[in-house]
Amino acid sequence: MKQILILLFGLALLRPLCAQTIHEERSVYRDITVTERFGRRCLLFNVHRGDRNQTCIFTDGSRRLVFDYTKMSFAGLLLKPDPKRVLIAGLGGGTIPLVLSELFPDASIDVIEIDESVARVAKDFFFFKQTDLMRVHINDARVFIKRAALKEEKYDYIVLDAFSGDYIPEHMLTQEFLEEVKQVLAPDGVVVANTFSTSRFYDHESVTYQRVFGEFYNFKLPTSGNRIILTQLKSLPSPGVMAERAAQLTPQLREYGIPFLSYPEKLSAEVDWDMSRRVLTDQYSPSNLLRDN
Amino acid sequence: MHSTRLQKKIVIAAAFVSGFCIMAIEMLGARIMSPYFGGSLSVWGSVLTIFMLALSCGYLIGGRLSEGQPKPKTYSLFFIAAAVASLPIVFFADGIMQPIFMAIEDPRYGSLIASVFLFFIPTTILGMISPYSIRLLVEHEDHSGKMAGQLFFVSTFGSALGTLGTAFYFVLWFNVNEILFGTILALLFVGVAIFTFDLAARRSQ
Repeated sequence: MKQILILLFGLALLRPLCAQTIHEERSVYRDITVTERFGRRCLLFNVHRGDRNQTCIFTDGSRRLVFDYTKMSFAGLLLKPDPKRVLIAGLGGGTIPLVLSELFPDASIDVIEIDESVARVAKDFFFFKQTDLMRVHINDARVFIKRAALKEEKYDYIVLDAFSGDYIPEHMLTQEFLEEVKQVLAPDGVVVANTFSTSRFYDHESVTYQRVFGEFYNFKLPTSGNRIILTQLKSLPSPGVMAERAAQLTPQLREYGIPFLSYPEKLSAEVDWDMSRRVLTDQYSPSNLLRDN
Repeated sequence: MHSTRLQKKIVIAAAFVSGFCIMAIEMLGARIMSPYFGGSLSVWGSVLTIFMLALSCGYLIGGRLSEGQPKPKTYSLFFIAAAVASLPIVFFADGIMQPIFMAIEDPRYGSLIASVFLFFIPTTILGMISPYSIRLLVEHEDHSGKMAGQLFFVSTFGSALGTLGTAFYFVLWFNVNEILFGTILALLFVGVAIFTFDLAARRSQ
């Protein structure tokens, strides 16, 4: 008993040395925490409920990306190697838009974030800067995209990353929403969706994407709990074409620690889900309930 | 209608159903509007505001109508009217929200206006049921508080179950429109039941 107490006491003493909270705030949508430890600065949502890190960056000035899923999202470049108009739903720490703006300085980037506080934290703690070409819109992504579709805007690189791990905005995982995304997608553009790989929900989500886009590439890594969906309006590029593009882009992406050359062979168009699952629609989208079951 | 034991039970059951339906529809309100106005907190705010506003108006109107000799037939018509007034939520939701979405850029006011058109009338009618129920239950002054308490208990208990059922289970089992149809049918059933019961009671007199 005594030993346990000493151990606990020791741990309590060590804790501040490992993790330091440098910012905490409660926004309308979530609790936001910024921590720094082991040379990483991280953005966390709803720490008390045990959420994962949203975004981490290295504090030594290195440009390397920390998380696999962030790196994996750049596989979209295998389908659209030269994006000019980018739409990103979900800002987080702003890593994905920041890297895209560095890679493609002439591209215009619209980022949609529902939570004003997140936008402020990204600016204050994660070096995210708005420019003439890269703008953050405080709005619901579904509303923004519906309006963009009305104005007949087209984007050639669309990243859907609005799921904060803990709660899924259910209206952004339905057939109708994906139809709207399709409307703002340029003929040669790509949709990159950061989604879940948990059992039953994986099936529903896959069936829904398949209904709207037909074929898509699945990108999973054993080291990440995320699954990236890659799709476009025209037919998917062959492994050969993607390998060629990977070879061209690898030098630029090396700085960010993205093992781009290894990506094409990991993309799969194979159906590995239960096709009999129900499509998620505006009428039926209990995503949060389905995920827990 | 003399408040015999059976009739009292009918009023209590009817109040339970109306409480249940109010919250089932309210829970779906934000879901119905999210394709046009998003899932932000303000959309929930719009739904709650309009429901509260409509209920407050309904209480006032229902109370006024219960003055003098309350009629079970009038009471039954509340349920039927609420059911009919809820039909546009099923059939014209897109037709109502589309032009509002086009006209109003700010999702806060868009969702507020859409809530008015979708939910105000049926919820007002549903709000009329509570005070009218109390009037039907109360026979003399002494027990009026007790009757009101009992009525609030069942209708609010119904609301609790309507909320829980919709949020936890119905959305998992049914389409949004199927759930709405369920509430409409329930209201219609209660209305018609009271109407026929009243007719039968009068004939036997």
